[in-house]
Amino acid sequence: MTYIKPKFHHPELPTNRLGYTKKEYEGVISTLCAGCGHDSISAAIVQSCFEMNIEPHKVAKMSGIGCSSKTPAYFLSNSHGFNSVHGRMPSVATGANLANCDLLYLGVSGDGDSASIGMGQLVHAIRRNLNITYIVMNNGCYGLTKGQDSATADAGSINKTGIANEFNAIDLCGLALELGATFVARSFSGDKSQLIPLIKAAMSHKGFALIDVVSPCVTFNNNTGSTKSYDYVREHMEAVGTFDYAPYEKKSQLIMTAK
Amino acid sequence: MVYVGALSALLDIEHQVLKDIIASEFAKKPKLIPLNEYALQLGIDYAKKNYACPLPIKVERRDLIGDLIVMEGNAATGLGAIYGGATVAAWYPITPSTSVVGGFEKYANKLRIDKETGAKKFAVVQAEDELAAIGMAIGANWNGARGFTATSGPGLSLMNEFLGLAYFAEIPVVLVDVQRGGPSTGMPTRTQQSDILMAAYASHGDTKHVLLFPCNPKECFEHTALAFDYADRYQTPVIVMTDLDLGMNEHLSPPLVWNDERQYDKGKVLSAAQLDTVAKWGRYLDVDGDGIPYRTIPGTHPSKGSFFTRGSSHDEFARYTEDSNDYVKSMDRLNVKWETIKNEIIEPEIYQQKNEHSIGIIFFGTTTYAALEAMDLLKEEGIETDALRITSFPFSASILEFIDAHETVFVIEQNRDAQMKKILTQELEVHPKKLVSVLNYDGMPITANYIHKTIEEKLKATISKPQLV
Repeated sequence: MTYIKPKFHHPELPTNRLGYTKKEYEGVISTLCAGCGHDSISAAIVQSCFEMNIEPHKVAKMSGIGCSSKTPAYFLSNSHGFNSVHGRMPSVATGANLANCDLLYLGVSGDGDSASIGMGQLVHAIRRNLNITYIVMNNGCYGLTKGQDSATADAGSINKTGIANEFNAIDLCGLALELGATFVARSFSGDKSQLIPLIKAAMSHKGFALIDVVSPCVTFNNNTGSTKSYDYVREHMEAVGTFDYAPYEKKSQLIMTAK
Repeated sequence: MVYVGALSALLDIEHQVLKDIIASEFAKKPKLIPLNEYALQLGIDYAKKNYACPLPIKVERRDLIGDLIVMEGNAATGLGAIYGGATVAAWYPITPSTSVVGGFEKYANKLRIDKETGAKKFAVVQAEDELAAIGMAIGANWNGARGFTATSGPGLSLMNEFLGLAYFAEIPVVLVDVQRGGPSTGMPTRTQQSDILMAAYASHGDTKHVLLFPCNPKECFEHTALAFDYADRYQTPVIVMTDLDLGMNEHLSPPLVWNDERQYDKGKVLSAAQLDTVAKWGRYLDVDGDGIPYRTIPGTHPSKGSFFTRGSSHDEFARYTEDSNDYVKSMDRLNVKWETIKNEIIEPEIYQQKNEHSIGIIFFGTTTYAALEAMDLLKEEGIETDALRITSFPFSASILEFIDAHETVFVIEQNRDAQMKKILTQELEVHPKKLVSVLNYDGMPITANYIHKTIEEKLKATISKPQLV
């Protein structure tokens, strides 16, 4: 089965400054579970790129292995993508960056891909301040292998098997801050009013930009007792600030230098 | 210097040669030249007074070197990467391959600097480990640059998974493996040819890789440059197999030669204009029937040629699939490509006009010069042999022809398990008993005497047991 969306669209769909409709930033139909947080993040990426007037072919989508790393197929069909090996996307993105620094690098990873098998590569990419927007779709579990706890699952959080996790979670944002990352954010896949401005800001940032997005797994980690369920996150989420993002304009710099 | 003087009188070394050496050695401190020449003379006078000079053994001027140069293989490999067009080197320090990237960087700082701005037109990244090193090299190649990595034994083990990805997703990448004594940490400062089996079939699943086997610094240079053309042309990993002896020791070598007219072979890469003329492009479509599809580089065209590179099973249009037919089709096409490589890859070196003797000898890499010397020693005893030096894998048809043309074939290699023999037997479907191994795996470079002695013994043994021949 292939998941190709029809190309035709309403002739009056709004276009951005480049003349592209939002459809031109979309990908094939997602094969993830209905209600997966990751699909909301994909949609936020589509919206952000559309609003930022980004030329799709000037984006390189990089990912590792896992549910999260499948998503580059579901956005920006006109961009090249690279689904690398498990936990090794940062190195491939580093090499790609050395070959062409003019593309916009959009890395997509998961909590298993980044906080366990790929921890070594993640921290070194941060240390080198690799120019990439690095989105972690964080659901606290391994969805493709039926829901084992990941290293970002909170201690005491109960997954679908009913067993509480014994180990403390690795906080990717805390880690990134400690390593001197130049852009660090945490968001929630269920709150696009916050997530879209963050993605736009991260894509405008030159250097390593980490967004750790809590993204519930509807199949294995959305039960009572899980700290990464939709209900739990909605109840406990507290935005430390409300954001909007105004793209960087040359004239504002002129005003600043005039002062 | 007094000692050198005495020795020169005893061995009858040309006086002017020693004076020239003193002059060049102390060129920056000319005051020391007459003092050293005086000391030299003191030694000469003492020896002549007290001993019968010269001794029966004498040092004589000879011109066997001709225009040969002295060079370490790793430096030649690094230079080969520059001439081969590499702009990205990613590596993790490991003996004995470290000086490959050291050589690359040294020459790049001379040859790959923008003359106007002084900016470097290359990148060297010391990665966090070998997994990252090859990941970076693959990322660079995927994005249109020529990138490579260099490693040794344990590093090659770690790179296996990525090699499988590059094979299956068809991404060019060049890897230099400077082999050392294994297994595990093994003998990092000793030499071996013991990574051959792993390199040939690195990674899980059905995989196989192009290998090149240089035998001297000149070939380190040439094979490395060629590896980048092969990687791009065939869209697959190419591994240059050297070893510690070749890489880190100074060897006599023919001079390095480069034809400035030579163009890089970037293989089948579609430009934006070409994409506009193609009716239906598929990343893994075999349009030409040679098993090599057309690839695109990110950022080329606003609406054509994008695809999702993946190590998971894919159809001709790079879409994920678990359909058996699609999977078998893509695995079979990779085999078609393998046959194309087999027909085009550099030929082995054959040391005789035609195969006329019943004994054949096969060797490769740093075994070459010891093997050639051993052939001379055997010839002195009336045992005449033909020889073939393997330079590449997959094996070209001439290797099987050579084996078929001889009654007994000795395969000389520097490992315990006869790795090259195993691959020859398996790939060419030769009877294992036809290939007789000569193996040296003590970590020291193989010697002519050892080869000579072993072949002689094995020949005697086969006379008493003719069924082994």
